[in-house]
Amino acid sequence: MDFSYDDEQTALRDAVRGLVGKAYADWEHRRQTAKEDPGFDEKLWTQMAEMGLLGLPFSEDDGGVGAGPVEIGIVCREIGRVLAPEPFLGSVVYAGGLVSAVGTPEQRQEILGSLAGGESVLAFAHDEPGHRWGPSAHDVTVDAEGRLTGVKDGVLHGARADVLIVSAVLPEGGTGLFVVTDGGGEREGYSTYDGGRAARITFDATPAVPLGAAAADVTSSIATVQDITRIMAANQALGVMQTQLKATVDYLKSRKQFGVTLNNFQALNFRAADMYTSQELTHSLVDWATMVVADGGSQQAIADAAARAGLQVSRAGRHIGQEAIQLHGGIAMTAEYNVGAFTAHLTALDHLLGDAGHHIRSLEGGLTAYAAIDPLDVAASA
Amino acid sequence: MQLALSAEDQEFREEMRSYFTTKISEDIRKTVAEGRELTREQIVQSMQELNAGGLAVPHWPVEWGGRGWTELQRHIWHEEMQAACVPVPLAFNASMIGPVIAEFGTQEQKEEFLPKTANLDIWWSQGFSEPDAGSDLAGLRTSAVLDGDHWVVNGQKTWTTLGQYGDWIFTLVRTDPDVKKQAGISMLLIDMKSEGLEVRPIELIDGGHEVNEVWFTDVRVPVKNMVGEVNSGWTQAKFLLGNERVGVAPVGQTKRVLARAKELAAATIADDPLFRARIVELENELLALELTALRVAAHSAGSEPHPASSVLKLKGTELQQAVSELVIDLGGPATLASGEGDATLDWYRRSTPTYLNLRKASIYGGSNEIQRQIISRGILGL
Repeated sequence: MDFSYDDEQTALRDAVRGLVGKAYADWEHRRQTAKEDPGFDEKLWTQMAEMGLLGLPFSEDDGGVGAGPVEIGIVCREIGRVLAPEPFLGSVVYAGGLVSAVGTPEQRQEILGSLAGGESVLAFAHDEPGHRWGPSAHDVTVDAEGRLTGVKDGVLHGARADVLIVSAVLPEGGTGLFVVTDGGGEREGYSTYDGGRAARITFDATPAVPLGAAAADVTSSIATVQDITRIMAANQALGVMQTQLKATVDYLKSRKQFGVTLNNFQALNFRAADMYTSQELTHSLVDWATMVVADGGSQQAIADAAARAGLQVSRAGRHIGQEAIQLHGGIAMTAEYNVGAFTAHLTALDHLLGDAGHHIRSLEGGLTAYAAIDPLDVAASA
Repeated sequence: MQLALSAEDQEFREEMRSYFTTKISEDIRKTVAEGRELTREQIVQSMQELNAGGLAVPHWPVEWGGRGWTELQRHIWHEEMQAACVPVPLAFNASMIGPVIAEFGTQEQKEEFLPKTANLDIWWSQGFSEPDAGSDLAGLRTSAVLDGDHWVVNGQKTWTTLGQYGDWIFTLVRTDPDVKKQAGISMLLIDMKSEGLEVRPIELIDGGHEVNEVWFTDVRVPVKNMVGEVNSGWTQAKFLLGNERVGVAPVGQTKRVLARAKELAAATIADDPLFRARIVELENELLALELTALRVAAHSAGSEPHPASSVLKLKGTELQQAVSELVIDLGGPATLASGEGDATLDWYRRSTPTYLNLRKASIYGGSNEIQRQIISRGILGL
């Protein structure tokens, strides 16, 4: 039982902060970077690769570093703290996680090797219009010749991606994963409200290669990678909340109205205290969920931990994000000031892989299977 | 970061669990499980059964019965005790005056009081609050005037919980009315059988008799019964109120009540998705709170408490209240009665008195508004 980072983890955090945190210390630089395509800094992406960050989750055989969930969480948290637009979560954690879980040794070496080296960006094309937050494909299909047909949307960095991992309904049913390269699919990229990039991609008998064994139903693997991505998104959201609270407290101490600084008003201070409470509770639950993965929790334990962290982050993210704007007042409504953009990013993370309602639905069915939750017993929480 | 307990702590946990479930009288544990009121005899008996195994005052100095445990071990002790329906050691003895006498008392006071305090041979009451000194405790007015080798005490204390059972009362009294209010306070130990001391019951909204007024009319107290120097009482008071890091959030107890509610109301819950959603949310918030308590305990090896400790009381009492509210909603019309009665209906019949009684939780021990003040001023620097 230990909630603190060891020396190496602290060093990693400091290194990421030194690189990514420093790069976006100036908000105006973040704004400009997000404005121009591809929506992130290719040079910084290369530097992240050189630091080993882009291969962090992958085994050394696949060209990665073989680090654990705590380390990946550290990177996500630091990215969240400055709203770095680099596609770490979508490309490395999510799409890369799928390749790592499902790909053949050759695919892993090739795809993950170039991802870790900063030479290619990956995207997971999964969400479809009219469907939400599950592990299965619905209307995008693959035929017997391995050609994809149908529409994917909300594909993070889908227009820029060099390699697409696409989920599709198999001819025999179930969901398989496919690799699309060479700019396959008709891609309609757009900016997201939090300064990111996404794309709608239309496949029309687009040639693709199976990821892993041909015609294998990998729904269960997708579900687990989604759960791990949920937990890493929760780490990223925690970083956002920490910045939001600090910015709000600093503002209350410096902004003057009625001739005094705002921290002379107890009504405002108490709301900041409640933000702190939300932040700390979230911190504990996100750390726990990360450790459930690190301690080798079962698939069900990881799913539960992801839903629990997701539920807490959804509630706390809305609370902190909304209060940060309210306590700043009008200034936080402007794009020039960063607080509102942080709230926008929390909103995007909330809808990436499931909001509070979604997580409650996934938890309520198992409610009577246990008397009380024992957070120290990962096996029992399954 | 590491979720699992060390082998040593795991063994400790088993040891605690085994003691609590085998060495504490079954009828006492059943009374707690069913939410019935404990008699004075039962409270004394359970504390003596704990003390027999060295488990009543483990946080005291080793010389006086302490165990030299880590904060994490104390946390485990406290949680396992609540999970096993064992009444926690009487707070006035174990958490309040015992540690104060051990820290500030004379050798004679330690020898006279500490063994009896640990074994609940003396039942202590708390004489701090007054009608005009609640959250603003330093505003107290009960006076003590020196007359030879006695202090003569006059005034009124209030909210004295279970004062009807008390043998002795530890009080804060004003010994110098002419200085800054904190600087004129002393701590006196007073035999409740003293002439001129009268305990008057206060009837509460739950219909019970839990608290009292204690009146002092020319009560003569030997000078040897002062703890610490004259006019140093504020130091002892701050020590008493501040030395509790573990156990300020009644997590285990609240979890147990929620688990019991799930069991008793299984049919209602199975039929009602809104109840299930509410329970999922409460369980998740309790999980976040428990993990925060663990995080604080695991971190508190040094002298400084983890800053997040201040959220424990605030959130812990909110959740305790929220669960009591859930219980009356689950019971619906079965909760109309006032308390005593048919054994099979005991739980629901007591649920509304419990719900009403627990409104106190966000008022006592530093009201939750005081906690927000501590967070905003002490932690956030507002």
